[in-house]
Amino acid sequence: METHQLHPEKWVDQYADYLFNFAVSRVSDAELAKDLVQETFFAGLKSAKNYKGTAAERTWLIAILKRKVIDHYRKINSIKGKAEVRMNYSSQNDTDGDWLEEQVADPLSTLENDEIENEELGLAIQECISKLPKKQSLVFTMKTIQGMSTEDICKELGINPSNLWVMIHRSRTALMSCLNQNWFSI
Amino acid sequence: MISCDEATIICNKKQYKEATFIEKIKLVLHLLICKTCSSFSKKNAELTSLCDKAPLYCLPEKDKVIMKRDLQNKI
Repeated sequence: METHQLHPEKWVDQYADYLFNFAVSRVSDAELAKDLVQETFFAGLKSAKNYKGTAAERTWLIAILKRKVIDHYRKINSIKGKAEVRMNYSSQNDTDGDWLEEQVADPLSTLENDEIENEELGLAIQECISKLPKKQSLVFTMKTIQGMSTEDICKELGINPSNLWVMIHRSRTALMSCLNQNWFSI
Repeated sequence: MISCDEATIICNKKQYKEATFIEKIKLVLHLLICKTCSSFSKKNAELTSLCDKAPLYCLPEKDKVIMKRDLQNKI
């Protein structure tokens, strides 16, 4: 069953931002995340012959990136010896009481989910952006994610403002329907 | 009165806080009488809030160019 094929020449355009988002949320360092993405692409290229085509290209690359993130944490752990658990139970008062119970998370709270959910939302948005035509995704990213001014974008891309707003409009409408399918309907 | 096309542009500008005061008034008046635009406006604002909520990062274009070149060299 030959369903998927690798197209390394399109990787950067299609997956760089998606992988980058994934990496940044795990290592919280943009420079490092960039390196990990780069390494992922190289590793993918190296083991391209092992790719059987059963998984989608992006899933396969994410799997490599996950290994890279784990490798990174192993490396810094072995150097700094961070693999040590310290617990500080009685920080303020050491009075008797239900100290253990106080450590337990509030079962009714859903605040913890927010961060995970937002990260998934970020990846869903990034996925939708990567489906846009190149020029539209570029304009949308510059405007929305990098927060550049209209004037700067026009200068850099050599377009006029009304052009820009047309592209913004098209990308926003496309994103709305894409997110409707990929985010709100799950 | 402004047309729907104009209203759409103003609505998009508003998402990036680039609509002028007069434009905003024109938009509000248009939304009062146009159902299609007011539903678009609602969805558009929702997209903005989703984008604000999600932690979005992207690689600068020049980094991507370098990345692409390095990758191309290895293919």
